[in-house]
Amino acid sequence: MTNPAPQPRTQQFTGAQLLIRLLERQGVTHIAGIPGGANLPMYDALTASSIKHVLARHEQGAGFIAQGMARASGAAQVCFASSGPGASNLVTAVADAKLDSVPLIAITGQVPQAMIGTDAFQEIDTFGLMLPITKHNWMVRSAAELLNVIPQAFQLALSGRPGPVSIDIPKDVQNELIAVDVLPEPGVCKPTEMIDTTLVETMLTQIWQAQRPVLMTGGGIVYANAAQALIEFAEKLDIPAVQTFMGLGVLPAKHPLSLGMLGMHGARYTNLILEECDLLVGLGVRFDDRATGRIADFCPRAKIIHVDIDHSEIDKLIPSALSIRGDVGEVLKAANTMLSPNTRPIWRSRVEQLKQSYPLVLDGADELFRPYGAIKTIAALLDDSVNITTDVGQHQMWVAQAYPFNRPRQWASSGGLGTMGFGLPAAIGMALAQPERKVICFSGDGSLMMNLQELATAAEQNLDIKIVILNNQHLGLVRQQQTLFYANNLSAVKFHAKVDFVKAAEAMGLQAIDLGAVENPHDELKNALLQPGPWVINLPICATEMVYPMVAPGGANRDMIHGESA
Amino acid sequence: MNTKTMSLLKLTVNNHPGVLSHVCGLFARRSYNLEGVMVRPIVGGESHRSRMWLLVNEEARLQQLIRQTEKLVDVISIEQHGLEGSVFEQTEGFFV
Repeated sequence: MTNPAPQPRTQQFTGAQLLIRLLERQGVTHIAGIPGGANLPMYDALTASSIKHVLARHEQGAGFIAQGMARASGAAQVCFASSGPGASNLVTAVADAKLDSVPLIAITGQVPQAMIGTDAFQEIDTFGLMLPITKHNWMVRSAAELLNVIPQAFQLALSGRPGPVSIDIPKDVQNELIAVDVLPEPGVCKPTEMIDTTLVETMLTQIWQAQRPVLMTGGGIVYANAAQALIEFAEKLDIPAVQTFMGLGVLPAKHPLSLGMLGMHGARYTNLILEECDLLVGLGVRFDDRATGRIADFCPRAKIIHVDIDHSEIDKLIPSALSIRGDVGEVLKAANTMLSPNTRPIWRSRVEQLKQSYPLVLDGADELFRPYGAIKTIAALLDDSVNITTDVGQHQMWVAQAYPFNRPRQWASSGGLGTMGFGLPAAIGMALAQPERKVICFSGDGSLMMNLQELATAAEQNLDIKIVILNNQHLGLVRQQQTLFYANNLSAVKFHAKVDFVKAAEAMGLQAIDLGAVENPHDELKNALLQPGPWVINLPICATEMVYPMVAPGGANRDMIHGESA
Repeated sequence: MNTKTMSLLKLTVNNHPGVLSHVCGLFARRSYNLEGVMVRPIVGGESHRSRMWLLVNEEARLQQLIRQTEKLVDVISIEQHGLEGSVFEQTEGFFV
């Protein structure tokens, strides 16, 4: 680019330089990505920027690194990929962000506009691929459009129910010269709409009239930064609260009103209390099938109140007796100023009775080489400052059941899409966003292999990440379902070739230990966890370990398999 | 045309590439059939806007789909409309 004569206030950019400038103004500090032919101008412009680039080893890894940063911080985060396979490799991470409402901004290079539609090298219909898995997506047709699209992308990703957006930028647009007089203001989260306080009043009246109310708290509480308002609300009205998978941590695990996680792998008492409740107040939840079980049998005695910021979630799966459309934090804050405190000794004592009679049974919780024992031992060696990610499968459910989550955003896991391979790159992202916090990634030998290459990224960034592999040499949750629901006809679930994860980790520059091969596994575990830097910790467990209780897919939550107390 | 169970949606949308994909894709991926689609730029002052008429045939989930459609960035408005004298009635002759 040649330097034009300086004009007062007018700045000359290429499209790519303008993009990077706009991202800087959005406060972006890190971008995870991989360069390629169609986004070369972006990477050329990036070298002149204060933004730190994190070079992933696969675009899906880049997408999940950005997700990890977004889930830890709540800020919108950016990932870069080139056209064709670069863009298609991002798809899973973007779809995952959509289902878990994560503000992710995927920016892809595209072949020059003149070549679009010609089956050019590394051409793919990125707009078409991203369309069904984003809140909105753009193909940018001129550098000038970036002035609107970039702030709008951040605003959309953050506003209302958060979620991903994607921006496809042809290479000629990246190279186009543009003179800009005034740069646009950064896009920010739109103020939430006023809530209808008469509806809040009605909600409080219905809660007042209920005998056996339960709160169902979800990811919406996390994203609305409403955990404190929730605790005040629950305590003042003396209402016990179940948490969805996405809501874990909004109530401290030990809080007397916390009923733990509901649903497919919820404790017996949790699902049984929901059988008895006469009013369920859904706060920032979407009644996912893993939480509700067979929906016709969910909370059979209860009236439903549903508070959600997304109008299309209201009455989508469960007809509500009352619904409030709005930011759940605003609703709870308004309610807290309007309510009269209450106690419910009869209902609370019934809840306690069910808790005592049908507890969450953590079989083997005092043995290191049992799943619950491993998780409890690790939790006992750490404090609430650590962040936790998981992959997907049995280990994920064991962690969701047994790890004591005590604050929102302590926990990042792929809930809606259930993406194996999420845990490691998400841990990298959390560590980048909050370097002062240690990150524990609980994984399985199946899941970790799906993005194993990102070990090299973790080593390169020298992050304080501990990857704990609960290693059963199986696709454990599939094995469990085949055992329970397919007459133990095990099909394609055993990894016959055993991976030496210690060698694999060391090959990529991490420290590693196999707890199954050392004299003092407890001491070695503690040593690995407490040292800084990236570690892989292999922890062998038995392939026959199960996650209990379990509700069969499509079954009613009352019909739980196993997990009874002795 | 058996219009007894049908209803009509009138949309105002931004007129630029990809909008039709966003709207029709939403109905398709939520497995909701569109019985008819008519779309043209709004005649007169608002050339950056298009009018889209959708003929739909499944009452049960219609409110859900309307709420989903309202969330699309390029959809300015969506409303339910009567079928009498609709664009679909008037153009039936083109679909024999």
